[in-house]
Amino acid sequence: MSNKIKVMTSGNLAFAEAMRQIDPDVVAAYPITPSTEIPMKFADFVANGRVTSEYIAVESEHSAISACVGASAAGARVMTASSANGVALMHEIFPIAASFRTPIVFGLVNRSLGAPVNIHCDHSDSMPERDSGWIQIYCEDAQEVYDSVLLAVRLAEDPRVLTPVFVCQDGFITSHCYEAVELLSDEAVKNFVGERTPQYPLLDTDDPVSYGSFTMSEYYFEIKRNQMEGMNNVLSVYAELAAELERETGRNYRPVENYRADDADYLIVVMSSAAGVVKDVVDELREEGVKAGALRVRFFRPFPRRELASLAKGKRGVAVLDRSASIGGTAPLSSEVKSALYALDKRVPVQEYIFGLGGRDLYAKDARAVFEKMIAGEYGEEARFIGLLEKDDEDERA
Amino acid sequence: MNKTVEVRWHGRGGQGAKSASAILAEVLFEEGKYVQAFPEYGAERQGAPIRAYNRVSDAPIRRRCGVQNPNIVVVVDPTMVESADPTEGSAEDALYIVNSGENAKKLRSRLGVTSKARVLVVDATKITLEELGQNRPNAPILGALSNVFTEVPVEAFVNHFTNKMKKLPTKALEANRKAILRGRAEAVFA
Amino acid sequence: MSKPQSWQEVPPGTVAFGASALKVQTGLWRSSRPVVDAAKCVSCLKCWIQCPDDSIALGSGGKVEGINLFFCKGCGLCAKVCPAGAISMHPESGFAHEEQRDGEHPGEVGAHVK
Repeated sequence: MSNKIKVMTSGNLAFAEAMRQIDPDVVAAYPITPSTEIPMKFADFVANGRVTSEYIAVESEHSAISACVGASAAGARVMTASSANGVALMHEIFPIAASFRTPIVFGLVNRSLGAPVNIHCDHSDSMPERDSGWIQIYCEDAQEVYDSVLLAVRLAEDPRVLTPVFVCQDGFITSHCYEAVELLSDEAVKNFVGERTPQYPLLDTDDPVSYGSFTMSEYYFEIKRNQMEGMNNVLSVYAELAAELERETGRNYRPVENYRADDADYLIVVMSSAAGVVKDVVDELREEGVKAGALRVRFFRPFPRRELASLAKGKRGVAVLDRSASIGGTAPLSSEVKSALYALDKRVPVQEYIFGLGGRDLYAKDARAVFEKMIAGEYGEEARFIGLLEKDDEDERA
Repeated sequence: MNKTVEVRWHGRGGQGAKSASAILAEVLFEEGKYVQAFPEYGAERQGAPIRAYNRVSDAPIRRRCGVQNPNIVVVVDPTMVESADPTEGSAEDALYIVNSGENAKKLRSRLGVTSKARVLVVDATKITLEELGQNRPNAPILGALSNVFTEVPVEAFVNHFTNKMKKLPTKALEANRKAILRGRAEAVFA
Repeated sequence: MSKPQSWQEVPPGTVAFGASALKVQTGLWRSSRPVVDAAKCVSCLKCWIQCPDDSIALGSGGKVEGINLFFCKGCGLCAKVCPAGAISMHPESGFAHEEQRDGEHPGEVGAHVK
């Protein structure tokens, strides 16, 4: 077996290290807090000759993603990173990348969208991209970020998928937290990711193609449906790849992490780093005789509908914690969960919660209060806000 | 039930509080502990008050929320004893490590802690002004911390510091090594 | 002209095969045609620089030989920029007696989808 080393590193630096080991053909990137360290560290690698990648320092995020799409359609293996309004600036190109089937791997370090300007974590930057046609994976910690980058390259480039991937991690909370991460050897990574075999590269002048030509209504619909099939294949292809990487790492992350959910009465459904404190509270409640459990959703796109429905089936109650809002509608994760549970014969009550906007922490007492409300059978139609200061509340922070 | 030790650092941007918390984490990680080190950013500028945190445990640490109830509080800049509210949320018997040249009793009363709290004082500013010619208090603070994490040999602190700061010239590294050892030797309980 | 295809059969990634631009007779869109007066033309090449369709035909030594009517869309930029007044625009209907070259009709839907 190949050498693995354990190092103290952060989510950002683990992502950058994976990039170094993958040595992509092209990286076009623009800095923004809190993902800056990714292109910054990678630029160091380029300058010091530790990678052979072509690094394009562009003048904006829109240019970054445009250069990435061009390079990827040309046949290159391409990676980049961004956050918040940088991601938003890329918005109009994302659907193009997806429909061109460019297998770009993107480090999305979650940060709140302005206004007001806030540098801390929530999911309001990645959620508006949920319709873009990109795969979305949410990682709880730096180890998962590292492993997911390797998986993402294979997943994106698999001919049955051919879809770009957002590997998401919580800004500052994961990206800047130093913790132990086990890295594979350079050789093991190279063996796992292999080389990209592009399907119709623009640089193939013997068999020239055009991408994205003008298309009338008689053709557009079929072309889009064809694209969707790649997304439909993701979970089955992912299962193969996860099993393959497990042989190297001993770790296998399921699309939905099941934490003591099997015999639970009450579940919290949550994504990313906040799941940590939820799992701690599940353990505490279990010690107290409460059958609590948690589901950590890892793949938001494609949403693992069937897996979630089968895990939530028969529960007395489910609370969904969203780290972003869909103003005027149901919060994104809640919306997917309710949709998935619609198919169940017996209705499971679902309570929608919004938390953590602008980086506000979720503490153990908050998670506990969510379970307690479920135990008391208190469900409401409206979303509840965790830790929000209401008029006449006593401000604990004061 | 595993006990997680939670540390909070108070410093100003540029004083090395973030680096020091990272070094502490690395040192303890090498000793086989599970650790986290993470900074808390407000305004990203030099001189702005910053906080950094550590969690240390014998079991994997899953929660990533901010540290609300630290067991150990490190005050890197003496001006922050009042301004940064270092006693916020801390346990009554918390351990405070303070960079200060002040009289112990006065310091305790300025901190506003009861007799249950332990206060370890080290004049890191004086030490580094003497050894480095600059006020860079994090090295002696790490030395003082080596008195607390007794399972870790002080050499580990020196080696990790040297490694992290290897861009510095040899003279500076040697001066910092001395500063760490002096911090360890000169720290006293107030 | 090709027919719409089922979603299972369309090429992936919005790809259209072949470098087909050279086969598309954009000249069929023309409603006015440029005519070059060789006596006035000094081959300054301003028309060649401005032409959006690469439709100014150059011969050896960089001399203007005429208009590539297969591609020329009749936009009139050449006539506008010619400093010698050597190019004039004429209604295309006046040339109706001419034989049309064979090429793909540019307005054909999905003409390039294999």
